[in-house]
Amino acid sequence: MQPDELILRLQQKDEKAFERLYTLYSESIFGVINSVLHDTEASEEVLQDVFIKVWDNCESYSSKKGRFFTWLLNIARNAAIDKTRSKSFKNQKKNLTQEYFVDILENKNSFSTKVDAIGIKKYIKKIGEDCKKVIDLLFFKGYTQKEASEELEIPLGTIKTRNRLCINKLRAILVK
Amino acid sequence: MDIQEYIESGILELYVYGALTAAESEEVSKVLKQYPEVEQEVEQIEAALQQLATAAAPYNPEEMLAVIKSKLQNKDGVVQLPASRSQQRTRLLSFISVAASVIFLIGIFILLNRTNNLRDELRVVEIEKTKLESKLQFSEDALTETKEILAVIRDPQVTKVPLAGQQIAPDAYVNVFWDKSSNKAYIDALGLPEPPEGMVYQVWSLTLDPLTPTSMGLLENFSEDENKIFALENPNQSQAFGITLEPAGGSETPTMEQLYTLGVVENNA
Repeated sequence: MQPDELILRLQQKDEKAFERLYTLYSESIFGVINSVLHDTEASEEVLQDVFIKVWDNCESYSSKKGRFFTWLLNIARNAAIDKTRSKSFKNQKKNLTQEYFVDILENKNSFSTKVDAIGIKKYIKKIGEDCKKVIDLLFFKGYTQKEASEELEIPLGTIKTRNRLCINKLRAILVK
Repeated sequence: MDIQEYIESGILELYVYGALTAAESEEVSKVLKQYPEVEQEVEQIEAALQQLATAAAPYNPEEMLAVIKSKLQNKDGVVQLPASRSQQRTRLLSFISVAASVIFLIGIFILLNRTNNLRDELRVVEIEKTKLESKLQFSEDALTETKEILAVIRDPQVTKVPLAGQQIAPDAYVNVFWDKSSNKAYIDALGLPEPPEGMVYQVWSLTLDPLTPTSMGLLENFSEDENKIFALENPNQSQAFGITLEPAGGSETPTMEQLYTLGVVENNA
C-alpha cells in the first residue's frame, strides 16, 4: 500500500513522517542511483541530495500525477544523471555506459533483509539479455518507450508487452 | 473498459517506471482510483521493482538518515556550536537513539509486511473457497438432475418409446420416456449426431390416422448439454414420436426429408 497518510504528513513538514518514508523508500532509491553511478560514495552523496530535495519539494507531489515511488524515482534518476555529467565524476569514471544493474547484482553477496536475495539472483540468471536491457533502460535509466525502442532496435509497439513479461517473471519468483 | 486487458497491456509497469507522459500518467491514476484490482496490480509491480532496486543498493543506507537530518536542521537555521565533549556525547546518544528508532521502524515494517502477506494469503484462500463452493453447487445440481432422470426411467408408469434411425441417419437412436400423469416427455438424445451450425432438432408428437404432427419443442443447446436428456411438455394423445432437423427456431410443420428418428407408442390404449 502506498502510505498516503505519511505523504500527507510529510507535506506538512512532519519529521517523523519523513523518517518513516525514508525507511520505506531509501534502499530502493539507493539501488537505482547506484545502478546509474556504480560508485558507492557518489551514490551516497546523491541519495542525500535526493532526500533533501524530497523534503524541500514534497508539496509538488500529487497522487493524481502518479505514484510516490515514481516521483522519487524521477528525482533520483535525474540527480544521478546530473552527477555523471559533473567534472569530478567524469574524471573518476570512464566507461560508464557499459555497466548496469545486473553487474551489481551478480557481484554482490550481502543483501538487505528486505530483499529475497536468492530469488533475485535466480531471476538474474533466468531472464534473457533482452529482459535485462529493457528493465535497465526503462526502470533504472528512465528511458521513454521510444528511446528504449531505438536503443534496443525493438519495435515501439512491443516494448510495453515485452517489459510486462519480464516483470511478470520477477513477480513470479518473488511471490513464492 | 476490459480491466484484464488493460492490466495485460503493460501500461501499469510503465506508469510505475515514470515512462508515460504526464497526461497518460494522470489517466492511469484515475483508473487506479476507480478499480481496486488495478491498484493492487500497481502495488505488486511496485513492490517487485522496489525489491529489485533495493538489491542493487551498495548496502543498507539507514545510517545516512542521521546525516541528512542534521543537514536539514542546518538549513532551518539551527546554529551548530563547536562540539564540546558533552555535546559529542549527546550527539553519540542522539545517533544511537536515531539508530534505535530506525531499527524499531524496520521491525514495524517487517511486521506490517507480514500482516500484509497474511492478508494476501487469506484473500487467495477465500477466492479458492468461493471457487470450490461454486464447483460443489454445480456438482449438486448435476446430481439432482441425474437422480431425477433415473427416477423417471425407473418409474413403471412411464412409457418408454424407442425411436429408430431413419433413412437419413440409420445409426441414430433416441428413447422417449413419456410420463402421462405429468404430461412430460424426457428425450434421451445421446444417439443423435451433433446438429450442423444454424440447425436444431425438433420433436413431434404424431397421431397416425390421419397423420397429424404437433410440435413438442426443440432440443436447444444440444452441444452444451452433457446428458443429452431434454424434458419437454407433452399434453398430446401421442401415438408416435418423430424427430426432424429444422432451421434454428424450429418449423411449423416437420421437414420429412430431414426425419432422423421415428417410433410408435406401444400399448396404445
